[in-house]
Amino acid sequence: MTKVAIVGLGYTPPRPLTPDVSYKEMIYEAAVKSYHDANLDSHRDIDGFVTCAEDLIEGTSIFDEYTPDQLGAVQKPMHTITGDTLHGLAAAVMNIQTGLMDIVVVESHSKASNIKTYPHIINYATDPILNRPLNFHPHTIAGLEMQNFLSHTKTTLEQCAAVVVKNKKNALKNDLSCYGARLTTREVLDSPLTFSPLTQLQMADHIDGAIVFVLASQKIAKKLSKKPIWIKGCGWISDSPTLETRNWNVCEYARLSAKMAYKQAKIKNPKTQIDFFEVDDTFSYKELQHLEAIGVYKEGTAGRACLNGDLDPDGKTPVNVSGGCLGVGSLLEASGALRTLEIIKQLRGEAGPRQLKKANTALALSWRGIPSTSGATIIFSRK
Amino acid sequence: MHLKGTAISKQDLDSGKVLFTRGDPHAHYTWDTGIGIGRYLEGLRKGKIFGTHCKKCNRTVIPPRAFCELCFSSNIEWRHLKDTGVINTFSICYVSWDAQRVQTPYLPAVIEIDGASKGHGILHLLDEVDPKLIRIGMKVKAVWKRPEERTGAITDIQYFKPY
Ligand SMILES: [Zn+2]
Repeated sequence: MTKVAIVGLGYTPPRPLTPDVSYKEMIYEAAVKSYHDANLDSHRDIDGFVTCAEDLIEGTSIFDEYTPDQLGAVQKPMHTITGDTLHGLAAAVMNIQTGLMDIVVVESHSKASNIKTYPHIINYATDPILNRPLNFHPHTIAGLEMQNFLSHTKTTLEQCAAVVVKNKKNALKNDLSCYGARLTTREVLDSPLTFSPLTQLQMADHIDGAIVFVLASQKIAKKLSKKPIWIKGCGWISDSPTLETRNWNVCEYARLSAKMAYKQAKIKNPKTQIDFFEVDDTFSYKELQHLEAIGVYKEGTAGRACLNGDLDPDGKTPVNVSGGCLGVGSLLEASGALRTLEIIKQLRGEAGPRQLKKANTALALSWRGIPSTSGATIIFSRK
Repeated sequence: MHLKGTAISKQDLDSGKVLFTRGDPHAHYTWDTGIGIGRYLEGLRKGKIFGTHCKKCNRTVIPPRAFCELCFSSNIEWRHLKDTGVINTFSICYVSWDAQRVQTPYLPAVIEIDGASKGHGILHLLDEVDPKLIRIGMKVKAVWKRPEERTGAITDIQYFKPY
């Protein structure tokens, strides 16, 4: 089976509102930049395409029909993954490993600003017979999970707030970020209570943007790119999501998807073998929960590490140097693309003021958001 | 194997004999029209139909777009097209949304606009025509709303009629 690398990336700068362009025009811009970055002679050289999108988020049924034009994919093999970008990247890797395709493009985007009733749209992911009639805001599910996480792991509110402080500070060095800020843990905790124990500043805000990656087989990747970034392992897992019976104590999609990726990438000890991490932080506690689930920190110790500065860019285990969803913003299904984008820039040595000294191997973890128990892990490496 | 099932009546539902949960979607969106379609709609508000021309492919398309989906170039030119064309295909629609027979059928048609490349046009409605006389290839013309009624929408054209 061939190795697979990312050889091209292109994106539009994320913004909270993008009234000047349609989603197609946004994607076109990202695609043109990405194909140029990958040194492709023409879009005709691409063998297959993957878009990561969800019909209810787009407001269009069978959204798959509307994806070819803006990618140069007319009359080419194209499919949509109703999942995060990391799920889409895994699909592209498998496309290439069949031996039928050499170059595959993965696209994801967010036009979150166009959704006027976003909480209702998320609510359609809850059970229509047992959950929806109770009529509570779906973000309450994050409150339920956080409450349990704090109690079970003895993580403190201040430790969760430290995640926000760190990521929003990191975001100030990222020109793509929309929500960078200098804050104190006190300010985070004193922001209005939303879905207790969550406060306003512990929840990521949405942004619009498009990100396109070009993936290639080993043979082609080496021809196209001087700095191919290799995908060493992919894992994706869905747990049983039922709110009444799910195990609130554990985060199995993170643990098992990481396990799957570790096995492929031959990672025995993630903390020593992986230089930095980009993990989902849609809500403050999620970053800590994810780090513990993927075995980087033992249960109940990630919060202290964050407060001590171990997760800072100059700490032992840099996490979300990009600023994460809390600092950059949430791109919905394209959030995994932001994690990947940061990793590629770091591994290529193109991260500018955020460039880490040690950047050889990195891990991206995405979560499909409320109310899901689905996520994906990818491990990237320079070699 | 024959599974006959049990017929249920409206009364069974109304009386609660058969249980179900009702849901009313609350899904609202505002789609950004962007550069290509935004300018198209702006044209319609002024009573003009615009297309875009790709020099590389020598193709004039409508609805217009900011880039050519075939050669993938953004080097396009805007062209003012006529508000006349020919019917590419049509259907006579005798059934309403709630599956009732309608007295006056809807007449949706794809109209290839004069000045655009073959196969490019507007999906719209026909009117002021006897449904029996509609034919592929029939020449039709836009009937516009009055300027003060136009909003920058595809419905700024009321319908197309033979001319
Ligand atoms: Zn063209």
